Amino acid sequence: MDDWKANARAFWTLATPGTIWLVIFFLIPLGYLLALSFSEKAVIDGQVSVNDYTYFTGIANYLRSLNPDIISIFIRTLWWSALATAACLLIGYPIAFLICFLPERSRPLALLMIVLPFWINLLIRTYALKSVMGTRGVINTVIGWVGIGPIDMLGTTPAVIFGLVYVFLPFMILPLYSTIERLDKSYLEASLDLGATQFQTFRKVTLPLTMPGIITGVILVFIPCLGMFLISDELGGTTSWMIGNVIQAQFGASNDWPFGSALSFVLMLLTIIVLVLQWAYQRKSKGVGAG
Amino acid sequence: MAEPIVSVRNVSRRYPGGVTAVDNVSVDIMQNEFFALLGPSGCGKTTLLRMISGLDTPSEGHIFIGGEDMAFTPPNKRPTNMVFQSYAVFPHMTVADNVAYGLKVTGVAADEIKRRVGEALEQVKLSHLADRKPDQMSGGQRQRVALARALVKRPKVLLLDEPLSALDAKLRDDMRLELTRLQQEVGITFIIVTHDQDEALSMATRIAVMEKGAIRQLATPAELYEQPTSRFVADFIGKVNLFEADVVSQKGKAVICNAKGLGKMNLTSDKACGAKVTIAVRPEKLKLARVAPKAEGLVKTEAKVRDVGYFGDWSEVVADMPNGQPVSVNVQNDKRDGNTGLKRGDKVWITWAPSDSLVLTE
Amino acid sequence: MAQQLKPGTGPLEFGNRRWLQSLFAATIFVLYLPILVLIAFSFNEQNRGGVWKGFTLENYPKAWNNQSIFDAMVNSLTIAVITTLVATVIGTMVAVMMWRFRFPMKPAYEAAMGLPIVIPEICMGVALLLFFNASGIMNFFSHLIWPLNLSTIIIAHIAFCFPFVAIVVRSRLVGFNKQLEEASRDLGANEWQTFTQVLVPYMKPGIIAGALLAFTLSLDDFVITFFTSGPETVTFPVKIYSMVKTGVKYEVNAASTVLIIITIVATVLAMKLQSPEKAGH
Repeated sequence: MDDWKANARAFWTLATPGTIWLVIFFLIPLGYLLALSFSEKAVIDGQVSVNDYTYFTGIANYLRSLNPDIISIFIRTLWWSALATAACLLIGYPIAFLICFLPERSRPLALLMIVLPFWINLLIRTYALKSVMGTRGVINTVIGWVGIGPIDMLGTTPAVIFGLVYVFLPFMILPLYSTIERLDKSYLEASLDLGATQFQTFRKVTLPLTMPGIITGVILVFIPCLGMFLISDELGGTTSWMIGNVIQAQFGASNDWPFGSALSFVLMLLTIIVLVLQWAYQRKSKGVGAG
Repeated sequence: MAEPIVSVRNVSRRYPGGVTAVDNVSVDIMQNEFFALLGPSGCGKTTLLRMISGLDTPSEGHIFIGGEDMAFTPPNKRPTNMVFQSYAVFPHMTVADNVAYGLKVTGVAADEIKRRVGEALEQVKLSHLADRKPDQMSGGQRQRVALARALVKRPKVLLLDEPLSALDAKLRDDMRLELTRLQQEVGITFIIVTHDQDEALSMATRIAVMEKGAIRQLATPAELYEQPTSRFVADFIGKVNLFEADVVSQKGKAVICNAKGLGKMNLTSDKACGAKVTIAVRPEKLKLARVAPKAEGLVKTEAKVRDVGYFGDWSEVVADMPNGQPVSVNVQNDKRDGNTGLKRGDKVWITWAPSDSLVLTE
Repeated sequence: MAQQLKPGTGPLEFGNRRWLQSLFAATIFVLYLPILVLIAFSFNEQNRGGVWKGFTLENYPKAWNNQSIFDAMVNSLTIAVITTLVATVIGTMVAVMMWRFRFPMKPAYEAAMGLPIVIPEICMGVALLLFFNASGIMNFFSHLIWPLNLSTIIIAHIAFCFPFVAIVVRSRLVGFNKQLEEASRDLGANEWQTFTQVLVPYMKPGIIAGALLAFTLSLDDFVITFFTSGPETVTFPVKIYSMVKTGVKYEVNAASTVLIIITIVATVLAMKLQSPEKAGH
């Protein structure tokens, strides 16, 4: 690796486009978001303006986000994201494990089958899920044949959680597969040889050594879940709002952009806290390799 | 006659697709032996070792360990322990925790664990590294952790998979002595798997030479070297010169052969020889001379030197017979100038006593 | 004595465990059922409602002829193509720069490059919406003719796609044997020649994989597009969103099926291109 000064011309040529894009179309907009979060709608001639703002009026928007309704939505969002992540982990780990122990030639195919839905448009998948779960959807039609139902599945909390798991499961399986695959199987053999049961081997050897993959998978599911609004919008009802829905509403019907900005920033803060926790954990321990 | 500690009876391992890794093998291994499974890669030696350990099971057959058929017993329930080729020392545990692992998972009391781990580390001279993590240790040190970890369990049989292959030359010599000392000190049966005949010859009390899933010969190192019973074993162990010969006649043990390029030879063989045999002679049994030897009864041939390989205390001279067959002769460099004085193109005479030849029927 | 092993199997052969196999099968079933139903219903004779009437292909030409669906598809594809081209170039340049050079504050720069990937999409979408509005960019572009009126979306897509491309290309570069570069230099090539004739060919599988990744990310994106599209610019995912709200016709299924096929082809291509890498290109 060379020092940048060794070839300054090449360095600047390569660095400039990406850096400009990042600064102008990412960092500056974020800066503006931050600025707006400390601002309010301008009051002109006694009327609250629709499009003008008075900037840097204070932390009123952040204080508003501390009100109990909003806090409860934040908590609900964190809780549902945690549930969805846990479900993805409980289902995803055994599946990743299984794929790793399939014969060499079957593995790419099995992986492809799991990952393919992930590559299909989120909207399409959500719409497909919605139509299957609807009162006249496939599920209710089938159980109708045995005389049950119809069950009202949409608009409920389980529907949203199921939707989250449905969408994010492949995100969990991929990093898990990658880590488990790289695990030297002779560690497991050594453990059994030394007298441990399968369960002991899993708890004392497999789990600690695959922890980096678990952490990566958890991050890849938990963080996007936090910002989700589509799933709760389509599959849930008005009682199933996540923080994403609240933010979206501020930029839509409620038309309160400063408040929406503040909420977005709180969400980003939550995200960064989670990432910092992960980074701190990684520095403390060593697993099968850095992920 | 003592009972064998491990008795393999008619064990086969077949895979879907028609591959047979181990083909109807039977072998008895006695207590306190240092036993070696030797052979080229793919001969089934590692598969057999793994079946003894429980990490693999036979398609059919019995494996008696300590008198009990354990062919299908899970590995954690067998009185065997293995030292893996990659050592498989747990990277997320310290040396002491690694060695204690096997005791912890089987519910041994904490103070006894501490005592036995201390003893085991003493035995492999790693007490000073008890709190180290494996990634901060050398390959040789990790191997000793693996050894201590297995030995602390006091298994009836210790299995070692290619124990010296990952070590450099100097370390290999040290480890070879270490392992032999350890085996005698601890007094348990060692079974090693190796493709390196030096390893097997120098450490083992008995060796089973395997090829293509079957045992070709089971004998002590000296017997294998001096009395191989097949071309394969003669060629695999040490260097050997092989000559094709037609059998002229056989009366009991006396066999008269006509070897290509060597003429008539009177040899002995314990087996019925059939029409063709291979005559094997070790290179150190041959003598080189500049002039035709006058002694009677010796096998002799002229040859032209093709190459001289210098190895310090000895040299290997490869010379071609008139019919083109190369012959390899080991010459001690016992002269003051340590040199055979031979060079490419020189004409020499090679002689040996017929009794130094072996008749191989397979 | 605890359970015995079966002849011819080892204790670690989890591929044979029944419960694992069942879990896998059940998961695949649940994952694919809704999608298969969606595709199946694209052939439904009846236009809407949940009941199957009969098999027909007419939803496909209907979708093709439905102006708003067609426009939305074209928009999505156009945006994806332009985004891919620009993001791939920018991302590759960033990857080479990061791989090649040390510079002050490099960890901070890397973290900043990773931000578009880790922060929730809604935050980025919202921030861009504000920015485009306040700076007048939104106003400026939305009055222009097609395809320039898509510019806000394109700019946004490039912003979140190129870091992904950078990661993919960078991981490909990790395997590059520096000695190849030195050999090229030793044989007399200059900087530019070495770059184009040694480095770029090596990076090719990574660049292509990154480009395909950018393509699918852009094609499928909803959240960021939702916030950065102007009043008259609708992409396909956004179109589905509004149609789902107003009542779906099975033409949407037909168009969705087409999009699924495009996505699958692109993905399989990307995976095929990743494997020659392992064979030690």
